[in-house]
Amino acid sequence: MKVKTPSKLEKILASGQMAVTSECGPPRGSDPHVVTHKAEKIKNHVDAINITDNQTSMTRMCSLAACIRLKLMGLEPVLQMVTRDRNRIAIQSDILGAASFDINNILCLSGDHQSFGDCAQGQNVYDLDSMQLIQTVRHMRDEGKFLGGDPISRPPQMFVGAAENPFADPYEIRVPRLAKKIAAGVEFIQTQCIYNLDKFEDWMSKARDRGLTDQAYILAGVTPMKSAGMAKYMKNRVPGMDVPDEVVKRLAGTPKEKQAEEGIKMCIESIQRLKEVKGISGFHIMAIEWEEMVPEIVERAGLYPRPVVD
Amino acid sequence: MIVADKKPIEEIIDYVKDHQSILVLGCNECVTVCEAGGKKEVGLLASALRMHYLQQGRDVNIGERTLERQCDHEYLEEIRTSVDNYEAVVSLACGVGVQFTAEKYQNLPVYPGVNTLFMGANEMRGVWSERCQGCGQCLLAHSGGICPVSRCAKRILNGPCGGSTGGKCEISKELPCGWQLIIDRLKALGRMEDYEKISPIKNWSTERSGGPRKVVREDLKL
Amino acid sequence: MRLPYQPSIKIIRIPCTGKVDALHIMRSFEKGADGVYLVGCREGDCHFNQGNFRARARVEHLQKLLDKLGVGGQRLQMYNLSSSDGPMFALFAEEMHKRILEAGPSPVRLALQKRKQGQSAHEQAVAAA
Repeated sequence: MKVKTPSKLEKILASGQMAVTSECGPPRGSDPHVVTHKAEKIKNHVDAINITDNQTSMTRMCSLAACIRLKLMGLEPVLQMVTRDRNRIAIQSDILGAASFDINNILCLSGDHQSFGDCAQGQNVYDLDSMQLIQTVRHMRDEGKFLGGDPISRPPQMFVGAAENPFADPYEIRVPRLAKKIAAGVEFIQTQCIYNLDKFEDWMSKARDRGLTDQAYILAGVTPMKSAGMAKYMKNRVPGMDVPDEVVKRLAGTPKEKQAEEGIKMCIESIQRLKEVKGISGFHIMAIEWEEMVPEIVERAGLYPRPVVD
Repeated sequence: MIVADKKPIEEIIDYVKDHQSILVLGCNECVTVCEAGGKKEVGLLASALRMHYLQQGRDVNIGERTLERQCDHEYLEEIRTSVDNYEAVVSLACGVGVQFTAEKYQNLPVYPGVNTLFMGANEMRGVWSERCQGCGQCLLAHSGGICPVSRCAKRILNGPCGGSTGGKCEISKELPCGWQLIIDRLKALGRMEDYEKISPIKNWSTERSGGPRKVVREDLKL
Repeated sequence: MRLPYQPSIKIIRIPCTGKVDALHIMRSFEKGADGVYLVGCREGDCHFNQGNFRARARVEHLQKLLDKLGVGGQRLQMYNLSSSDGPMFALFAEEMHKRILEAGPSPVRLALQKRKQGQSAHEQAVAAA
């Protein structure tokens, strides 16, 4: 696939090498060092860093500001943008703000419902959904125009991504939905974290059958389990998460002080297996509040050192 | 129909606490059907208010009347003379009726007795659920007769989102995922290829965002 | 069976407790009743299928309202028995009677009495003048 933007992530993917991305959650405050410290820990082990956008509807420092911090450090951010909190004016405006700092990657999301977070009484916006946001960014980049039709001076040059959850219901439309996002203009996908590798491989084979893996880069999402408790929580309390019983059993069968170590081991095993799946272009390692483990995971999974592109 | 639910009695008592004579005004349409503001509910509220004032040792006159509708001039006219006997009205009609009554009887405080919620249907006795949000640009022809604006908590037009689990919305196990319903229906109608058609960005200017709305039918105006 | 029960209890016969309107109950309290209770068929045995379930739902709803109004939800009760169970009927009557004695006179009844006294005192004053 041709390179269309100055994005470092796009260049690595286009070169055929496995890409590695990770994520940082901004603080529930205004201290920029929280972001920069997290980024410091992982910067040499990943190609780009996602900054989450008020994840689970908990009010945090905005993704855009934190992405700017990363950019000022010379790192490659991925701006996550949810449509829950902004109308199309603010969306286009924030995209231009990001582009003014040469932030070249965006992940288009709908966003968790506000009832999960700290402002459950607030309104939600959803002026656009994630599909329409993808279309909007492509329109701004490729046509160089606002949604209203006027030309944009110095259009954004963003590599457009989206999330996909192969484990959400109903399963039968999860590949059609991927096809839809690609038709809307998505260029890379980061999946929800994978524990059910069989189901994921099935999803991938259906995607390959439709030629979708030739049209967009798919980065497999992985999250190491810290404990059996975490595994159980994610299995039972997080919507759209598929954690097979064997995963919980394996952790529960490990003594408590060794569970974190076992979780890392299992994560690395998943990456090794997923490397062999045709159509996988890289990994998105989400180690929430455990960012310090990302370098070890990347190294032990044989993904270090990271490629250098100009 | 418009679905409303009774306001808590303590809230209504607080509204009318300074008045000496109160008319409880019901409506024979939507609020009767959802058993929140019809003749029966007027009777219950009036009885409750009388018992409240009796215990306070206050002699307050509580009147009861139920109109066919409170959103039409001709029915509101029916209380033109009797309304002078009261200092205040508690209207059990939907928000429309409360306002229309207030507009007509400018010098009379009109308090709402119900909370108006949504346009919906009666699933079974005692259960009403939302179906329409009045977006002004009905797209039901393209979504298998199920509305993504009113049945999806995020009103996503290209759903479902990644939180749909077991046919339920991520916000509640009681809430069916609107998009699951749409997909099931498209399957039943043999129109699954419609699923991959991308729904374009919606024009929201005909819904609330565009400002208070009006329909004018020149062919009906005298 | 001619089992005795309190003379203060007035019986109103209805074909089914499901026929009892919430408004009947509210008006009874409004007119000064100290207590109201419904006696219906055993749950599952309603002669008209669901009547006693509807009655119970109404009773529970009104108990909350009566509590809010300061009248006292405990003054309203629902009992279930088989139609031939005379002893049970007498037992419920006794239980309800005890409950109302404990609760005391209904505040609404007291207010009505007070108002009546106030009115007759007023009338006397007017007559004397």
